[in-house]
Amino acid sequence: MLKSKSCAYPYLVWMTIFIAVPLGIVVYFAFTDKAGNFTLDNLSGLGQYANVFVRSILLAAVATVICLVLAYPVSYLLSRMRASKQHMMLILVMLPMWMNFLLRTYAWMTLLERNGLINRFFGLFGLGPFEMINTQGAVVLGMVYNYLPYMILPLYTIMVKIDNSLIEAAQDLGASPVKTLLHVLLPLSKPGIVTGITMVFVPSISTFIISRMLGGGSNMLIGDLIELQFLGNSYNYNLGSAMSLVLMVIVLLCMSLTNQLGSEEMEGVV
Amino acid sequence: MKKMSIPAKVYMVLFFSFLYVPIAVLIAFSFNESKSRSVFTGFTLDWYKSLFQNEMILSALGVSLLIAFASSIIATVLGTLASIGINSMNRASRTLVVNISYLPVINPEIITGVSLMLLFVVANGFLGGKLFGMTTLLISHITFNVPYVIFNVMPKLRQMDKSLYEAALDLGCNPRQAFLKVVLPEIMPAVLSSFLICLTYSIDDFIISYFTSGTVQTLSIAIYSMTRKKVSPEINALSTIMFVVILAIVLVSNAHDSRKEKRKQRQAAAC
Repeated sequence: MLKSKSCAYPYLVWMTIFIAVPLGIVVYFAFTDKAGNFTLDNLSGLGQYANVFVRSILLAAVATVICLVLAYPVSYLLSRMRASKQHMMLILVMLPMWMNFLLRTYAWMTLLERNGLINRFFGLFGLGPFEMINTQGAVVLGMVYNYLPYMILPLYTIMVKIDNSLIEAAQDLGASPVKTLLHVLLPLSKPGIVTGITMVFVPSISTFIISRMLGGGSNMLIGDLIELQFLGNSYNYNLGSAMSLVLMVIVLLCMSLTNQLGSEEMEGVV
Repeated sequence: MKKMSIPAKVYMVLFFSFLYVPIAVLIAFSFNESKSRSVFTGFTLDWYKSLFQNEMILSALGVSLLIAFASSIIATVLGTLASIGINSMNRASRTLVVNISYLPVINPEIITGVSLMLLFVVANGFLGGKLFGMTTLLISHITFNVPYVIFNVMPKLRQMDKSLYEAALDLGCNPRQAFLKVVLPEIMPAVLSSFLICLTYSIDDFIISYFTSGTVQTLSIAIYSMTRKKVSPEINALSTIMFVVILAIVLVSNAHDSRKEKRKQRQAAAC
């Protein structure tokens, strides 16, 4: 059609300078010391932060699983509603997402604090106060609350396309609800699950705001570590770049893993 | 469709309470007389008043809007042109460009922020100036916005009937006219929607701005520093206003959509 490759030139220049080169600089910094000499110390020095990496992966994974479990029934119920109602409900799901995420996290800060509303509520029954803020549970809660819509949207999108007669057929043929779920619904909604997992896991594992606001100082995540190297007190661009590089590799690995899982089992079904 | 069962209804109610109760509490306490975040002592609008006198918030809002509009306009133009160009590339180079464009989308935001910051730090060293500020903020926002434009506009371009453009040429248009009169109107909906997507991403962004803004404060950064410092119900007032604005936008656009839908149905019925 349009023989106008030249239209893309401004963007190609932009892309090279502001997408490709910066990532190259991260790699360069990760493998050099402050004087600019090649070194592997940054990467090998990451061993001492292994616990932070493990915690990040763990908390993000837990949050992703909780999101999936919470969102799956909601998406299914949404997809079986009348079309006009679906639209309304979908907006209701997305509305909180459009609010600034710092404010959403801040809302939980006020709810969870030591003399916050939830503890007051328990106090009425003579319970508590419970130590809720500054725990790992609070961090996971923050991730779930913030990224839940990212799970619902892809799930819903795939589930609207599932023909209701398939589910009815399974039931007519005597499948229990559990069997229908396992053998009909889950395989058909797999692409949505894969997308949802990536969309929740990636922001969860790299967050530093949620862990800072809800986790106190004691529940650092990879994001916090990286932020400390660049803008915090540690100021070590080289170490920070090494951490960023590892985070990138973790994210890419997880994505290709979930993708593979999705496509492999899809083949098995077909 | 059969009606929802009772457990399903209960589940939906619980789910939506989980989504909305925190926001409702936030809004309720914006009207609280005292600074307490858990005891309601009396009704007041003072926090709204002091919010509108808060210089930091107001100037941050100005910066956010300026950056959002500037970056969205530039990103939309750059991205639309890029889509046209990429579309006429051969397969190999198209794949390469698309894959690189995907990087800011799939990478964690913190990586994009950090990598841009490093670039600016290095450039700062060469230029010896105070680079950080509005310029770096604008560049960063354009950078993370352009891919969304490309991924919105390109599918529309590929859907488009090639012969339309060729017909325009045959009928005597020069390529520029053919683009302006035939191609552009065809892809306009995608261009506009990507402009809106850019606006929301830009206004909402915190992480990338945080690393690339230097000392300039966007609204998100101002909110962040507010939550870090002494807590004031001004934040609640700000949340309330933002929520109401978003709600209004959604309701208006929804009403608009459903009116259009109805008109379409009526037309279909008439035919």
